[in-house]
Amino acid sequence: MTAEETKQAIIDIISDIAPDEDLESLKGEIALRDQIDLDSMDFLDIVMELRKRYNVEVPEADYMELNTLDGCVSYLEGKL
Amino acid sequence: MNNSVIAITGIGLTAPGSNNLADFRQQLLDGKSGVQNIDIRHMGTVPAGVCDFDELKYQKKKILRRGTRAGSISIYCAREAIADANIDFENIDRSRVGVYLGITEHGNVETENEIHNISQYDNDVRYWTHHHNPRTVANNPAGEVTLNMNITGPHYTIGAACAAGNAGLIQAVQMLQLNEVDLALAGGISESIGTFGIFAAFKSQGALAMNEDPTLASRPLDKNRNGIVVSEGGCIYTLERLEAAEARGAKIYGTISGYAINSDATDFVLANPSQQAKCIELALKKADLQASDIDIVNTHSTATPLGDIQECKALRMAFADCPTTYFNNTKGFIGHCMGAAGALELAGNLPAFEDGLVHPCKNLDDVDPDCALPNLVASEEIKRPIVKTILNNSFGMLGINSVVIVKRFDPIN
Repeated sequence: MTAEETKQAIIDIISDIAPDEDLESLKGEIALRDQIDLDSMDFLDIVMELRKRYNVEVPEADYMELNTLDGCVSYLEGKL
Repeated sequence: MNNSVIAITGIGLTAPGSNNLADFRQQLLDGKSGVQNIDIRHMGTVPAGVCDFDELKYQKKKILRRGTRAGSISIYCAREAIADANIDFENIDRSRVGVYLGITEHGNVETENEIHNISQYDNDVRYWTHHHNPRTVANNPAGEVTLNMNITGPHYTIGAACAAGNAGLIQAVQMLQLNEVDLALAGGISESIGTFGIFAAFKSQGALAMNEDPTLASRPLDKNRNGIVVSEGGCIYTLERLEAAEARGAKIYGTISGYAINSDATDFVLANPSQQAKCIELALKKADLQASDIDIVNTHSTATPLGDIQECKALRMAFADCPTTYFNNTKGFIGHCMGAAGALELAGNLPAFEDGLVHPCKNLDDVDPDCALPNLVASEEIKRPIVKTILNNSFGMLGINSVVIVKRFDPIN
């Protein structure tokens, strides 16, 4: 998966979890929660979708690494 | 303030075929079925009553995805009821609003979905959703209403099998009479078409309706009935103390003048006519009415071979010698909306206070002799000079019976 494809994979997950949000202008380095309406249950959905779609297990200790879009992308890249 | 008289001031509903009271009433008068064939997991094609309200009218996509169908139906109906009641909801004390919703069951849909989901992952429970518990707690539908409408008063559901719609109303009447709340959102809801288990169980019991034409499948009281059409739906009323409703100039659909809930204590499934008749008598007594004072009786009959006969036995006991009492049934149009049935079927009759019409049954082409009640309004509506009282039956498994009596409201001045 290229870097762009990995980013799109994360965007697709967020888009399913937060379908009311416009993700076009999502900034990679700013916390997702500061840009779109995401709560802890949504965050657990991201973890679940990574597990389902890419068989990637995110231990609780790593949750903070998924704080931003860039963080999610690099985390997924490191696991694929 | 006189707390005893409780008024219906608003109605929000979704039924198979209609998404508001005016359309629903017209559907019943026009004889239109809301039943269609759908595919159910493990079941294949079965007739069912499906609602098509606009889910996004009052909910964002994210919350719709997170919540339940029952919650979504409840939110739609509650918000429509508030709009219909013309209540300035932004400016009332929402800690004094109670939400009391009758349910036949809740959680089957979500549990079956998760079992199916993890079956795709070798039954690994790591794939079981964290949304499962908030979706399946029994208060979910009522709780979703409070979250959506920022209501901080009490909320809960009333589990009462298919007597639940009436039971929700009765709970609200009592809470208003006790002055626990100033406004109640109450009635019944059902998402039951989302669970194959209900269909499969009725089939195993020999009580699931089948017909080549789904619109002919639900035929209560008819000789050729062969079971229940399972439906989803919802009907939520705004209820207020009459004095308060009059003080704000509210439209008043009627007052709930009598009610009763009792139990058969005889069988898990088969109804007990004596106890059903007793329940009707208790409601009449509370309303200070004689059986012959009732203008319309909406029967519960679900089109099971035995259940309809049992109810008709009860009605013959309770309404002997009542020449001006007319009987109808709603399930031929919309199937059995389970937890919503009682509340929806009552709503469909309330416009009779204005138009004097007793809506007919549907698919009642050949009345079962055991169900041939006097004044059964089989296929054509009947116009009465005036309709002053409606009695609504709703009965459920484990022998729970519920009856609600609504009186036409006639201002004294």
